Amino acid sequence: MNFSAHSVKPGRFFLLLALISGIAVILGTVGWPDKQPVHKPLKNEADRKKAPDFELKDVNGKVVHLSDYKGKVVLLDFWATWCGPCGIEIPWFTDFQRKYKDRGFTVLGVSMDDGGWKDVKPFVAEKKINYQVVLGDDKTSDQYGSVEALPTTFMIDRDGRIASIHVGLVDRKEFDDAIQKLL
Amino acid sequence: MPFKNYFRSVSLTIVATLASTLVAPAQMAPELKIEPQATVKTKRGTPATVTLKVSLPAGFHANSHTPTEPNLIPLTLKWTGGPLTDGVIAYPKPLLEKYTFSAGKDISVVTGAFDITTKFQVAASTATGPAAQTGTLRYQACNDRMCFPPKTVNVNVTVSVE
Repeated sequence: MNFSAHSVKPGRFFLLLALISGIAVILGTVGWPDKQPVHKPLKNEADRKKAPDFELKDVNGKVVHLSDYKGKVVLLDFWATWCGPCGIEIPWFTDFQRKYKDRGFTVLGVSMDDGGWKDVKPFVAEKKINYQVVLGDDKTSDQYGSVEALPTTFMIDRDGRIASIHVGLVDRKEFDDAIQKLL
Repeated sequence: MPFKNYFRSVSLTIVATLASTLVAPAQMAPELKIEPQATVKTKRGTPATVTLKVSLPAGFHANSHTPTEPNLIPLTLKWTGGPLTDGVIAYPKPLLEKYTFSAGKDISVVTGAFDITTKFQVAASTATGPAAQTGTLRYQACNDRMCFPPKTVNVNVTVSVE
C-alpha cells in the first residue's frame, strides 16, 4: 500500500477533511442515532410548520384539542409513567406551568401509557402535575412523526406552529430559554 | 493499493456513513434478540431445561424482572403452550445501575447478553415426538436519556420428547 502524501492532490485532501468535518458537525447536531437526545434550537418563524391538531380525552372524559390553546405557547410533552427520563422532566414542567401560565403559556401532557387512566391517574396525583394531561393514541403519535422515544417534547408557538422538538432528556435550561423566547 | 484508490475507498465509506446517518430514523427502539435454539431433547417423566440466550444492543438496558420502581415494566417470560409444563423461570441476576435520569438511585436492569432459564417437568403422559414450546417475552428498554414502549417478542423452542 503506497500511503505517500505526494500522490494525492491537495484539493482531494481538503475534500476529505471537509467530509469528516461535515460528519462531525451533523453528529454533533443530531447525535448518534438511537442513543443521544435530540435537541433542535428554535426554528425561524418562516420555517415553522403547523402543529397537527388532535382530539384526545382528559381524565374526566373531556375532549381536548390542541387548537383549544391557540394564542398560547404550548409545551406538548409525550411521556409515559414507565419512562424514567420523563419523570425527571415532569417536575420542571410543573414549575414552568406555575411560573409562566399567566403569560400565555401552558404545558399539555400526552400520556402514551397502554394501561390508560388506571396507571396515569395515580401517577399524576403522586407527581402533583398541575397541567392538563390527556391519553395519547397511535393516530396522534403518527401525526407527530411516529413518536416512539420518550420523552418527546414539542414547543408550539402562539400561532400553533412547531418551534422546536426535543427528543430524550435534555437540559431544563433549554426548555426555559425556549419558553421565554416564545412568550 | 495506491493511495489514490485508498483515498477513493475512504471517501466512499465516509459518504456512505454520512448518508446512512441522515437516512436512518434518528431514534429507533432497540431490538431484543433471542438466539435460535437447538432442539431440546427430553424424556417423559423427567425434568427438562430450556435456556433462552437473549441480548440487547450496546447502550440500552431493560428493566429486570424485579424493577426498583412500581411503575417500571418488568422483563417477563410467559410460556403459553407446548408439551413442557410447570416451568420455573430463573431470570438473570439484575445489575443495579445509575443513569442520568435515575437521580442518584440504583435502577435494577439487564444489559448486553443474558440467559433466562426455565426448568420444566415432562409429564409421564406427554405425547412423544417433536413439538413447539411457545411463549412470549415482554420487555421495556431505555438508554441513558430516553425510553421506548414495551414490546413483546414471541418465543418458540422445538422440543423432542422421547
